[in-house]
Amino acid sequence: MTIIDYISVILLVAGAFFFLAGTLGLLRFPDVYTRLHALTKADNLGLGLTVTGLILQLESWLVAGKLLLIWILILLAGASVAHLIAKGALRRKVRLWKQ
Amino acid sequence: METINLLIWSLDSLLGLSLLWLAWRALTTPDLFKAVVLFIAFGLLITLVWVRLDAPDVALAEAAIGAGLTGALLLSALARLDSTHSDPASVYSGKTRVNNESAGPESIHWWPFSLLVLVSSGLGFIILSMPVAFMGLSPEVSDQLANSGVENPVTAVLLNFRAYDTLLEMVVLLIALLGVWSLGGGVKHKEPFPGTVLDILTRLLTPVLILVSAYLLWVGAHAPGGAFQAGSVLGAAGVLLMLSGWQLQMNIPVLLIRLILLAGPFAFIAMAVITIMIEGQLLQFPVAQAGLLILLLETFATLSIGATLAALFLGGQTWKNDEESL
Repeated sequence: MTIIDYISVILLVAGAFFFLAGTLGLLRFPDVYTRLHALTKADNLGLGLTVTGLILQLESWLVAGKLLLIWILILLAGASVAHLIAKGALRRKVRLWKQ
Repeated sequence: METINLLIWSLDSLLGLSLLWLAWRALTTPDLFKAVVLFIAFGLLITLVWVRLDAPDVALAEAAIGAGLTGALLLSALARLDSTHSDPASVYSGKTRVNNESAGPESIHWWPFSLLVLVSSGLGFIILSMPVAFMGLSPEVSDQLANSGVENPVTAVLLNFRAYDTLLEMVVLLIALLGVWSLGGGVKHKEPFPGTVLDILTRLLTPVLILVSAYLLWVGAHAPGGAFQAGSVLGAAGVLLMLSGWQLQMNIPVLLIRLILLAGPFAFIAMAVITIMIEGQLLQFPVAQAGLLILLLETFATLSIGATLAALFLGGQTWKNDEESL
């Protein structure tokens, strides 16, 4: 394994860790707002790390560009949809969680 | 090598078991909203299964149509059911229940269930009794691939060897749309201003979706892609535009929309007539021009599929009103 491979492995494992953390938050957090927070933030970062880890292994710039584009599109869609769901929940008067 | 195989095997089993579990939950949950969400998740996992089976063409189609657009259709149908009864907050608290008391795992309908078991065991028997080295028709396809005008065997089958199947599929889509239209309109739906976020997202995504659609159409000649995938991405762009309050009838005359809806089937039928006259056989393309003709057909098919899927989502209301004003 070269040094590039080691960096890839570290990035991919870190990505998987953020996905795990996000999923845990989705399952364990108490209301829709906190769950959204856990899911969209952690998954966006996790996907970013995964994509970077994969790009290091590629030989074609074209495929690297496509992977980056996928990440950007998911960032855009994830952030917007989280906002829309939260706004919808607020409009339907779903209460905020209080200790 | 051994551990890698074991890992792949256990991931595949996990995938298969999750599919069964999701399907069971989607069918038996009494909460309609939950059922729809489970169905969408089921579609996404099926996409992964197709990828694992080395069928990226089917995976693309499943992701775009099975999970994406069908999910959107089901959600919009649910929204219309909801507006007639039950309170809107219920979606978030998980109470969009079916009123029917008997819905639930206790009341499996035994007739369809036994039919299902019969069909599945029949199919299972056939698959298990096939010779191990059974190649299907893929050797014949790869033999003839050079004559098809494209390099992607899936596109070659869909648009050349079995082009009449695709012709009929285009007509099926059109008939589905006619069925939806004949159910009548209901209320003309006026979207309120979608809010800045959805508005900006739509403005950013629509050109990208159109570009992706064109890319899928073009790349279909030599890699996974093609008219159905391209058309469903185009249809998704239409759905997104409609969700963010874009009004169709102000911009485009109704005749043009109908022409776009018909362009795909008409192009196929025209091509069929021409090929009968020239080559003497239905949709038998001359080898030299096959690539160009297939691209032409697929372009019209993409436009029609996109327009049809978007129109299915809209449910025909806007056009009905248009007709009255004509």
